[in-house]
Parts: sequence; structure tokens; C-alpha cells
Amino acid sequence: MAEIRLRSLAHSYERQPKGADDYAIRQLDHVWHKGGAYALLGPSGCGKSTMLNIISGLLQPSEGDVLFDGERVNELSPRDRNIAQVFQFPVVYDSMTVFDNLAFPLRNSRVGKARIQARVEEIAGVLELENLLNRKARNLTADEKQKVSMGRGLVREDVSAILFDEPLTVIDPQLKWKLRRKLKEIHEQFDITMIYVTHDQLEASTFADKIAVMYEGRIVQFGTPTELFENPNHTFVGFFIGSPGMNLIAVERCDGGVRFGDTTFPLSPTLNERLGEAGSTNIKVGIRPEFLQLAEADSDTYPARAMDVEDLGTYQILSVNLDGQILKARLSEDARVSAGDMVHLRFPAGWLKVYVDDYLIQEGSA
Amino acid sequence: MRKVPDNRAWWLVLPVLLLVALSALVPLMTVVNYSVQDIFGPGNAYFVGTEWFRDVLRDERLQESLLRQFGFSAAVLAIEIPLGIGVALMMPRSGVKASLCLILLAIPLLIPWNVVGTIWQIFARGDIGLFGWGLNELGLDYNYTGNPMDAWLTVLLMDVWHWTPLVALLCYSGLRAIPDAFYQAAEIDRASRWAVFRYIQLPRLRNVLVIAVLLRFMDSFMIYTEPFVLTGGGPGSSTTFLSQTLTTLAVGQFDLGRAAAFSLVYFLIVLLVSWLFFTAITHMDRDR
Repeated sequence: MAEIRLRSLAHSYERQPKGADDYAIRQLDHVWHKGGAYALLGPSGCGKSTMLNIISGLLQPSEGDVLFDGERVNELSPRDRNIAQVFQFPVVYDSMTVFDNLAFPLRNSRVGKARIQARVEEIAGVLELENLLNRKARNLTADEKQKVSMGRGLVREDVSAILFDEPLTVIDPQLKWKLRRKLKEIHEQFDITMIYVTHDQLEASTFADKIAVMYEGRIVQFGTPTELFENPNHTFVGFFIGSPGMNLIAVERCDGGVRFGDTTFPLSPTLNERLGEAGSTNIKVGIRPEFLQLAEADSDTYPARAMDVEDLGTYQILSVNLDGQILKARLSEDARVSAGDMVHLRFPAGWLKVYVDDYLIQEGSA
Repeated sequence: MRKVPDNRAWWLVLPVLLLVALSALVPLMTVVNYSVQDIFGPGNAYFVGTEWFRDVLRDERLQESLLRQFGFSAAVLAIEIPLGIGVALMMPRSGVKASLCLILLAIPLLIPWNVVGTIWQIFARGDIGLFGWGLNELGLDYNYTGNPMDAWLTVLLMDVWHWTPLVALLCYSGLRAIPDAFYQAAEIDRASRWAVFRYIQLPRLRNVLVIAVLLRFMDSFMIYTEPFVLTGGGPGSSTTFLSQTLTTLAVGQFDLGRAAAFSLVYFLIVLLVSWLFFTAITHMDRDR
């Protein structure tokens, strides 16, 4: 087990990167603490897998350092970093039996025979592969192969960390849920640092204690699922996490707050001051659909027209038109609103977030 | 749509049947025909049953030649297959160097058999051939026209030079077809170089190796031109392999009955051994 620190890490697949666009990972500092269960969440092509391969040593970063427990390991191979990694698509050694597949990493690390037997049986038990141990890996289904692949990642006890690169992509939904729970259990049982790459927020939040959201080669926020939900640090986090994502409105500064069209949002003096200091014109406000409320008309509410109501069973999603901006609000299932109605929106204090150049500015210490 | 059985569809198979008949069945049956008759001239043939077969199987000259042939093919496979795999493993994966290697490897394959024989016939000569002269200068007593062992080794060396590239090319293509993910997984699993070869590369070379082994076995088992050009089968009969013995029998002595019976036995041996190789290799990793 190890603490994994990334120091001014950047990576480009080009030999001579010309601009920021050539970088898959852009200048990034990050620490994965010992024994944590982490998720690395982001859309395709944001650099998640690149980062994982750099941590495991399959890839050499073009700039910066990878430190395991404070020691630079840039030049070490995955073998010497003693790291386990599970890939998106199953890789099994198909001439070997399932047992031999699971035993392979242990044999390569010269673990004793009795220990191998015990350990393989344990992992096979966890992944429900006991009945397949004597089968040749080539004759397995895709599900089973991926379980074998995962088993090989989990079988070594002394690894620095286990990295998962969207390991459940090929698994059917029912089993997916089960395996995710298993991984979580394994983590609790063995306390190994685990980093789990995914583009699925649900997968990330069920597996991880803390989630790093990656966007365009950067980690834009690192926090618990609640933090990501309640206090998105970046407009991308607001938009990517949550379903539907955060309502974002481009605004400009005005006296005492920000405005778009004829609508103004008053802001606190601190926020106003901070906006002034930032001096950028790229200002957005955002509010999650869950926090946008319908209310009786008063001086704090904004009149808007309901456009569409989507009934999703346990809740409804309402789309409203506020001064030309379409906003979404999540309503309880008993709310009675239909398309065409006039409604009054309340933006509760604290849930309306202000973003300058896509990063959050806050009341408290910056 | 309902399927209507229509036996006229069999006519569609006819072209293939005709082709196979003309290319394989008719010639083969001619040989079968010769092998069970004693023919003195047109319209003057007697059915002799299995006499030629018994004759041929008892013939010591043929037995020796068969033994020599098996020895040669075994040696060819034992050297060319591992060597070919080794060469393929050492070749660069991509780039100009890879192309260069491929071209160099392909050159021996482009040379006609009898030219190969001629090249080595000269190359290995003790007086003017670089190879033979070199060996003699090193103090080795090498003379392929006089010493059976030297002749044997020369024929073997010639075959290895000529055909190892084929094995190497086949293996190289097999190796290139292995996805990178396997090497990555092996690296993560801390596999040694040997383990990567044994558990990833070798199993995935199986299919090309079936082809390589079969081709090399059949070809080497039917070798004719090269030793014929190099030594004429000598010294003595030390490099007289099966097909040369057969040619002597059929063309030299015009002993058609014996030659036909022998051809059939020859054919069956090639078929049987090929089948054995094929079955052995393809059954290697079934579930037990």
C-alpha cells in the first residue's frame, strides 16, 4: 500500500506538443492517500485512462513526477511498482485454466504454493468463480472473463494500489451492481488503495469515498459525492454530476449583483467584491434542479412559464422559461404543474452558485 | 419464405467435382491402377493384387531411404521451427527496420529450388566456395562430396537457410496480431520474459505454427531438387531421399508398378503424419 502523489504531472502523446490542446493531461498535482477508495470520473477522452496508465507505469509521463510514498518512481516498471490494474476489456491468458490465471500474478511474485491455493480460492469465492477454476479461460463468457481479469487484479495482497479502468463496461447491469458491492467489500476488508476510473457518476459514488472529477486533462474537483453535488467547484462538475445537471446561466455584472435580460440576481457584498477583483466577463450562475423551488409570488421570486413536465415516477422534472433561459427544476411527484402555467421560482440563498471563468467563487475563504 | 427442396441444385456442385476429379482423383486413380497391375504394354496388363506393395515395403533400399527421410524432416522441424520463432521474436515491431528485416527474410524464399542447390553447390566447395574454403581454412576437414556427414549437414543447412524465413514470417505475423493489452496485463502481473513467451506469445502462435509445421513437414518430406543438384544424392546414397529414390524407380528403371505402389505409400505417410501433427497441436489446450 502506498500514498500516490502526482507532482506537476503533464502528458502529451505528441513527441513535440505545440499547445495546450496537445496535452492529454495538463499540469496537475494530486495526492491519492493510502488506503482510500477513489473514483476518477470524467467523460471519454478527458485523460482518465492516461492518468491511470501513468500511475501504473505502463506510460511514462512527459513532464512531472509520480511519487509512491514520497519516492520518485517515474522510471520504474509496473512490475517494480508492484501495482495491480484491471482493464476495460477482459484480458485472460486463454491457454491457462481459470485457476492458473488467478495464480499467475502470485507465481510471478514467487508466492508459496499453499498460499497461492488459499488465496486463489478466496478470490474465486468472492467473485463466484469457484465452479470454473478448472476450465480453460478461452471457453468462458465475456462476463466470466472479466471476472477472471478482475480476480488477477485482486489476488495479490501486497500491492501498492489497485487501479480499475472502467472494469464493468462489458458486464451486464445485474452483475455490475453486485460486483461493485464486492469491490467495496474487498476494499473495506483489505484496506488497499483503489482508484476506479469511470464515466458513470452512479458507479463512482457507490464505489468511492472521494471522487476526482476530470475534465480536459485536469482534475477540476476532488471531494465526496455530497461535496460534488452541493458545492460543485467547476461548471463542468455541476453539469456532469446530477441528473439532470446544474442549470447554468451566463450573466453579466450589474449594480449589486448580476443580471441577464431583465432578470437580476442580487449578490452579497463579498461576492460582489470578489467578482470585481476577478475582472473577468465570463460569469455564470448555477443552481441545481433539486434546489430550485416553486413558491407563492413575492419580492424574492421570479415569474417564469412552465414549458414541459416529465414524470419520472418518484419525481418530476419541470422545464421553465425564465426570461428566455430554460431552467430545470426537480419537483416532488405530487406537485401539480402543467405546461403553459405561470410559476414563481425561488432561488434559495446559498444554492445559487457564481462561477468566474468556470470556477466557483465563494463567500468564505477562497 | 418456405424452402423448396430441389435436387437440381446438385448441378451447382458439378464444376467443383469436375475440377477435383481432373486435378486429383483421376491422376490418383491412375496411380492406383498401376499399383495393382503388371503392365508390359498397351493391352497387355495383368492384375497382381498387393504384390507390388509387399515388394516395395520389403525393399531395403526404400526402407533406408524412408528412414533417412524421416531423420531429415525431423531435423528440419527441430531446427527451423524454434529458429523461426526466435527470429520473429527478435525482429523490430515496426518502422523502417521492420520493413528491412522483412525484405531480407523474404529473399531466400524468392530463389528457385535448383538455384538454391547451385548456390550452395558452389558456396560450399572447398576450393572456390567461400563457405567450404572458410571451414577448411579454420582447420576443419570439410568436404561435402566425399564425406556423408558433411553432405548431410550441407543439405540441412541449405534447407534451414532457404525455409527458416518462411517460419519466421509466419510467426512474425502471428506475433503482430497479439493485442498490446496482453503485454500490458502481463507487465502488471509481473510476468517474466519467459512467462510472456510461454503463456501469451506461444499460445497465440499456435495457429500459425500449425501451418508452419505442416508446410515444413510436407515440403521437407518431399525434398528433391536441392540435394539432387548439390550432391546427386551422394556420396553413396547418403543424401538420397524418398522422392529421388522414387524418381529413379519410376523414370530411371521404368518400374511403374513398384513406383505406383510406392507413391501411394509415400502419399499415405505424408497424409498420416500431417494429420497427427494437426490433431496434436489443435488438441493441445482443450478442457480436460
